[in-house]
Amino acid sequence: MPKISIINYGVGNLRSVRRGLERTGAEILVTHNPKEIRESDAIVLPGVGAFSTAIRDLASLSDLLKQHVEEGKPILGICLGLQLLFTQSFEGGLLEGLDLIKGDIVKLPDNVKIPQIGWNTIDIVKHHSLLEGVKDNSYFYFVHSYIPKPQDTTVIVTTTEYGTKFPSIVAKQNIFATQFHPEKSSNNGLIILNNFVKNVRR
Amino acid sequence: MLAKRIIPCFDVKDGKVVKGIQFINLKIEGDPVKLAEVYEKQGADELVFLDITASHEKRDILLETVKRIAHVVSIPFTVGGGIRSISDIKNALSSGADKVTINSAAVNNSNLVKEAVKIFGSQCIVVAIDAKRAYVENDSNNKIVVDTPKGKCWWEVYIEGGRIPTGIDAIKWAITMNEGGAGELLLTSMDCDGMQEGYDNPLTRSISEATNLPIIASGGAGTPEDIYKVLTEGKADAALAASIFHRSIYSIAKVKNYLSQKGIPIRLQ
Repeated sequence: MPKISIINYGVGNLRSVRRGLERTGAEILVTHNPKEIRESDAIVLPGVGAFSTAIRDLASLSDLLKQHVEEGKPILGICLGLQLLFTQSFEGGLLEGLDLIKGDIVKLPDNVKIPQIGWNTIDIVKHHSLLEGVKDNSYFYFVHSYIPKPQDTTVIVTTTEYGTKFPSIVAKQNIFATQFHPEKSSNNGLIILNNFVKNVRR
Repeated sequence: MLAKRIIPCFDVKDGKVVKGIQFINLKIEGDPVKLAEVYEKQGADELVFLDITASHEKRDILLETVKRIAHVVSIPFTVGGGIRSISDIKNALSSGADKVTINSAAVNNSNLVKEAVKIFGSQCIVVAIDAKRAYVENDSNNKIVVDTPKGKCWWEVYIEGGRIPTGIDAIKWAITMNEGGAGELLLTSMDCDGMQEGYDNPLTRSISEATNLPIIASGGAGTPEDIYKVLTEGKADAALAASIFHRSIYSIAKVKNYLSQKGIPIRLQ
């Protein structure tokens, strides 16, 4: 059974991420303990809250996370967790991220209500193992004010339309990330989490 | 395209779902955990769980029920009723809620929303406003008066479960909460609540146009057409309802199919 660590960095609801992943049959730890993280087969970087707080609370673990990725182990970033993987974010000034995916995190355009809250569809740009069993135009649950802008557009797996077209799933080798919350997206979300765990088993 | 949301609301007292008619006359409607499971299967987009007596009787919200609900559902879930402090918010979120609604405490403690947003982020802070019409003959200098089919009125904010009038103009209050960093507004019309004769569309529209926030309209749903109207005329982003779902008058699936056929963007399963 693969061992997956959900990184616990401060406030927010980690119960539902945990519950969603537990349903896949994986062994789940919610932790910020470096030893436990080092020993896990995969990492989930959840995300609720502000970029500045999260990146500060993650500071002591950032080398460990980068090493995990270099070793080829899977990592899944969710919502703010996706944004933390990028080079830099414009949320609350200009802050450096983990730089595992090159690119910026920028604000949604101001011609739409911010935050985007609710169910929106994904357009599949390219086939990916994360999407096995998920139909084009399926609905997922989004809650966010900022969006990713990757330098290399080949990392884009799906896009979503809200004021602008933005990447809603990005993937680069063993790095996977969703701007929506799979753990809050009913059956479609559970399929994505299941596919991620399958990647860990491979 | 972002879909309009259909949100069943659970008014909970002593661990049971109830729905009052204009906030009085509470009737037992069932087990919130079982209802939550059924509603996710039927296609509910979110769930809202309000401990309606907590604020009045100064009781803590029913965190145990929240944990049980969080264990069975995989759609977003909001908890409110008696949220008064940062630690109340933290407890609700760590019990499995995705968002909290703040109502009376936002009025009584002007810093609470700002502080909560700083710690937890806008996305989980929903400000709930209970508003009641105050009919007037003429325009007023310090209130936003709107000409409605039933006459000219402004809307007054009430707190403590609709028991205490505050003198605050609901539209102005919504703008203040928008500026304070709230992520969403849950807007309940006290005039329409429990009547099942339609939402207060002029109220909902006025606040939707005055702010840049997603608006969850509440109070008055009796038919799928009422929901259609508040999402179009009322410019709401989401419609919350209780009685019509809890009493199985219309299933969520039936309401969503109706809205979809009328051209509203809706998540169908």
